[in-house]
Amino acid sequence: MELGSLQRRYIDFTSALFREGFLDNQYTQLQQLQDESNPEFVLEVVTLFFEDSEKLLDELSRTLDQQVVDYKKVDAHVHQLKGSSASIGAQRVKNVCMAFRNCCEERNQEGCLRCLQQVRQEYFLVKSKLETLFRLEKQILAAGGSVPVLW
Amino acid sequence: MGNPLPSSRAAEAFPAGLRVLIVDDDPTWLKILEKMLRKCSYQVTTCSLATDALHILRERKARFDIVISDVNMPDMDGFKLLEHVGLEMDLPVIMMSIDGETSRVMKGVQHGACDYLLKPVRMKELRNIWQHVYRKKMQELKEVETHSIDEVINILRNGSEDIEDRHLIDETEMSSMRKRKDVDNKEFVDQELNDPSTVKKARVVWSVDLHQKFVNAVDQIGFDKVGPKKILDLMSVPGLTRENVASHLQKYRLYLSRLQKQNGGTCGGNMQSDHINKTIKGKFGLKSSTNVQQDWELTKYACTTENFQTHGIVANAAHVSEMNRVAPAQVIASKKALVNDAQLGLFLSFKGMLPSIREKACKPLHDERPVMQLMQYPEQENYSVLEGYSCLANPDRDHEPCFDHFPSSQPLITSATCTNGKDMKDLYEMKPLQPAMPPMACTIDSVSIQVKHGLVNLQDTGAICKLEGSPSIEDCYLDETCNQGCFPLTYEVSLKSKSDSDSMLEDLHLYSVQKLSYLENVSCTGTEIYQYIDSVPITEVQRINLCEDSEPSGEYLYDPVDYSIDEYLFS
Repeated sequence: MELGSLQRRYIDFTSALFREGFLDNQYTQLQQLQDESNPEFVLEVVTLFFEDSEKLLDELSRTLDQQVVDYKKVDAHVHQLKGSSASIGAQRVKNVCMAFRNCCEERNQEGCLRCLQQVRQEYFLVKSKLETLFRLEKQILAAGGSVPVLW
Repeated sequence: MGNPLPSSRAAEAFPAGLRVLIVDDDPTWLKILEKMLRKCSYQVTTCSLATDALHILRERKARFDIVISDVNMPDMDGFKLLEHVGLEMDLPVIMMSIDGETSRVMKGVQHGACDYLLKPVRMKELRNIWQHVYRKKMQELKEVETHSIDEVINILRNGSEDIEDRHLIDETEMSSMRKRKDVDNKEFVDQELNDPSTVKKARVVWSVDLHQKFVNAVDQIGFDKVGPKKILDLMSVPGLTRENVASHLQKYRLYLSRLQKQNGGTCGGNMQSDHINKTIKGKFGLKSSTNVQQDWELTKYACTTENFQTHGIVANAAHVSEMNRVAPAQVIASKKALVNDAQLGLFLSFKGMLPSIREKACKPLHDERPVMQLMQYPEQENYSVLEGYSCLANPDRDHEPCFDHFPSSQPLITSATCTNGKDMKDLYEMKPLQPAMPPMACTIDSVSIQVKHGLVNLQDTGAICKLEGSPSIEDCYLDETCNQGCFPLTYEVSLKSKSDSDSMLEDLHLYSVQKLSYLENVSCTGTEIYQYIDSVPITEVQRINLCEDSEPSGEYLYDPVDYSIDEYLFS
């Protein structure tokens, strides 16, 4: 694909992500932090997020799977996940976490399980979106162009 | 930092190079924040565990200006870390969390956070964190307001053993602070010069005796009704002017109110420069909180245990008006039950092994005498004084000491009393404290205590606490020969195990909870202090080096000219 259309595609895709609430301003902040001294900064941070989140999701599944659910623990994990998702601006994930915490407070196991499912869904969604984004960026750079700046 | 720069360039450079320690268990946030801080030209150290952070801070205290910590961390509550840092290192701490609930933020403030940031944190918020460092320095300097900025800078510079550790003041801050101070001083100087009737006042050295007279006068008049003229009259010291007394009174009042405000005591940093920490690994502070209208009393305690290498603690309990709250440590600040008359809080924590010490609670002879107790805890991981503390209730009150913060193992309480080294004849036997105290037993292997203390009166010197004796602290004596008033003191205790001095020293973390208001964050040599404290009484600091094999820190070291304490102790 030629550079121009790649870049256009990138712009459309990114705008949609923001519009649909997958990403918020925090992601833009990260992009702004990236500079020549650290050209892969956003990628590194997001990668950390992926690793951390998946660990947390596994933990959550395990904790909720117990006979007697330790809601304090669940809440602690959700809180962590909430913090993590906020770090890269994964807004939808963060929002589900907030609902998730309410279920924990109510010690609502069913509710928690539902939330877990939801948060999982949102997480993998944003993950694939971001991966697409990075792929596009790579393609643009490979085509000799520069990644459009959207702020 | 520390590079000599011409003033103008230096002023621009600040706050670049601000040394930040950031603590967050979330790796993503850690990375982001690190990047942000670097973009602000700050010097960043990251840490994902609170325990690591404390370790780093303890090791290199002087190398950080500010700490930023997340609230929720797996190994240690962020608030706890906050308290520790405030007490031990007296660095400004900023809390962060994604949770911005009012109650949380309030908790942060209560625990001493100088700011509470909500995640996601923005660059502009991080850029401004230097203000907290600056503010803290200003506050400290304010308390030495009568002294020229240069003196202070000198003291701060020279006090620090390690050349690199001159972080307290660097050229940039000095110049900016100098500018500010100059404005203040200018008015003063103008006044003096322009008013022909103002004779250049000779510097008054508020010696121990002089201050004693002062305090006696204050007592006599009654703190509420006190005024410089009345005090001056009562003191009847030739050559002393009303202005001298007035300024001294002001300081005295400031000091009292400071103690009062010290909710939980951000006491750590006072005379404990890193330097001191290195040499005197353990220190403990004496916190006195007393009630209004008490006579100044010097309460001394002596506690002897066999086979302790050295002894010596000075505990001076001053009854200070307007002090009606004990807040020995932030940890127990919430324990309102600790509020009491004439309480002395002494926090001593032993990380090392303390097999058994026979507990001897000391009951002060009179109602209002503070009681000093040492709490010891068996070895704990990452243990700090905050986990063990004693609340010293006035035996006549119905208080029970609060031991809610005890670690799993029983805290061991030892009461130490101090005695006048010179004169042991007025020693009284200590009676056990109120039965409410849980009986505990612990042993200190050997305790050597280095003491710095301020003494009111050379004759009736402050208390010396002797912890002699092999594991047990046995007899406790209470000496009340001296009824001199004095400011509460900070003193440092270094505890060494007989067998392995190094490890014991390391293990012991005794934190000074009490700050001498005039010596905050100032480390100086003894003589410097003397000159520097011209109108401050008792905060003359004497360090009695009681550990033969301890490294003399050189700080606060006076020639104990009139003290035969040393002789006594070493005899």
